Amino acid sequence: MSRPTLFALQVLVAVICIVLWQVLSTVPVFGKILLPPFFFSNPFDVFSQIVKWFASGVIWKHLGITLAESILAFVIGSAGGVLIGFWFARQPLVAAVFDPYVKMVNALPRVVLAPIFALWLGLGIWSKVALGVTLVFFIVFFNVYQGVKEVSRTVLDNGRMLGMSERQLMQHVYWPSALSWMFSSLHTSVGFAVVGAVVGEYLGSAAGLGYLIQQAEGVFDVAGVFAGMFVLSAFVILIDYGVTLVERRLLVWRPTASDGRG
Amino acid sequence: MTTPTAVALEDAKVAFRLGDGRVYTAVEKAHLAVAQGEFVAIVGPTGCGKSTLLNVAAGLLKPAAGSVRIFDQPLAGLNRDAGYLFQADALFPWKTALDNVAIGLEIKGTPRTDALPQARKWLTSVGLGAFANRYPHMLSGGQRKRVALAQVLIRDPKILLMDEPFGPLDAQTRQVMGNLLLDLWNADRKAVLFVTHDLEEAIALADRVVIMSAGPSSRIIGDWRVSLPRPRDIFEVRLDKEFHALHREIWSVLKDEVMKGYAQSTHAAEAV
Repeated sequence: MSRPTLFALQVLVAVICIVLWQVLSTVPVFGKILLPPFFFSNPFDVFSQIVKWFASGVIWKHLGITLAESILAFVIGSAGGVLIGFWFARQPLVAAVFDPYVKMVNALPRVVLAPIFALWLGLGIWSKVALGVTLVFFIVFFNVYQGVKEVSRTVLDNGRMLGMSERQLMQHVYWPSALSWMFSSLHTSVGFAVVGAVVGEYLGSAAGLGYLIQQAEGVFDVAGVFAGMFVLSAFVILIDYGVTLVERRLLVWRPTASDGRG
Repeated sequence: MTTPTAVALEDAKVAFRLGDGRVYTAVEKAHLAVAQGEFVAIVGPTGCGKSTLLNVAAGLLKPAAGSVRIFDQPLAGLNRDAGYLFQADALFPWKTALDNVAIGLEIKGTPRTDALPQARKWLTSVGLGAFANRYPHMLSGGQRKRVALAQVLIRDPKILLMDEPFGPLDAQTRQVMGNLLLDLWNADRKAVLFVTHDLEEAIALADRVVIMSAGPSSRIIGDWRVSLPRPRDIFEVRLDKEFHALHREIWSVLKDEVMKGYAQSTHAAEAV
């Protein structure tokens, strides 16, 4: 299918959904409105709410905060994941000792940590960053661990026979392999960084997209909730597009750069 | 002989400990000497431990008994005089063809600015001058082997160890690669130890063909000198009368081992 046709069909889906939503929430069917405005609002109100946010400029502050939290969570979580993943993969004993604890913490639903982080780090951005870090860390950690473990035996032997020292093996074999695994999970880890930030904001904060949605919900402003959700979706799609660009640049050497392994 | 022997295995025995604690002897009492400038091919049935023997010469495996001498020095650790061409893909997938070749020099501490022009020269001599910026996955199997050959040769090793390097390639590409190898080898005649299961390939390439018996505990059971004139063309040499006579002679010995090898591998499969 050609790109323009595909794009047209994608737009068509959105148009049909919005039209249905608008019609069902304003025009009675058999004397009854199927989507009561109180629960479902309508596309027009949602759209005007979004326009109002952007026109007045209040949205930028919230977007900026959520973006900052996501980036910090991603950077800190990735750095930790890469370091610890590398360390564990190269020291099987350490990995074996910590294995049950890693599994335990990873199995924990991160939402329950939010109140603790709020208590420890306050209601500012750092409690949200911490929540994002706990999500990003494990994805990157597992991928880097796997990446170092699964370096091809032949490639490793080849490096040795070419005369590489341990340090050079690290630089030319283990490191690129680990990074390639990390990059292949980039979409997932960046997505989780945003999730951590927004969930954290939702559970207690004074700014950010999560806060915006939570505030609207508190006063039964359904249009506001939907508007927040749409802005959030657009925000995530933009970030994801950015990740795709970065990935295309970094993983040129991979046969299928588009299918992630994360 | 006045010049030292490039590779000398004496009474080499290689054994592996299996998962259930038993010891599997792969190769026993292996005597093998490769002189400087000599091209030796090892042929044997599948699973006879040809590659094992090669890994011993490379220092990737330690023999359980016997000695390995490289230029009259006992081998400790990896064989630093040898270049190793692997059967499987061994290129660094995250490096371009050019970088894959240049790395051989960069490891030794050659500055990148000096390594790159040399790598380009080597890529050209294996016929891939135009593919310098391709990544391995963008190259065909034969092209990847060419890059691997350049990667090994740029370091100018005194010994070349080759583990069925052209095994995964199709028949025509194998012959082309064989001729390329002979051309490059002719330039400075390194000592070569070449493992293959293809007797024709062995005779066409080598100065000596060594036959191994079927495993386990396989031994070297034959050693033939190939006196076909050099330089050879692999396509032509196969039509030579002497080639056919030698092939018949060696095959009469090898055939029994191949049959034994198959019988054993099917029995082993039934036992499992």
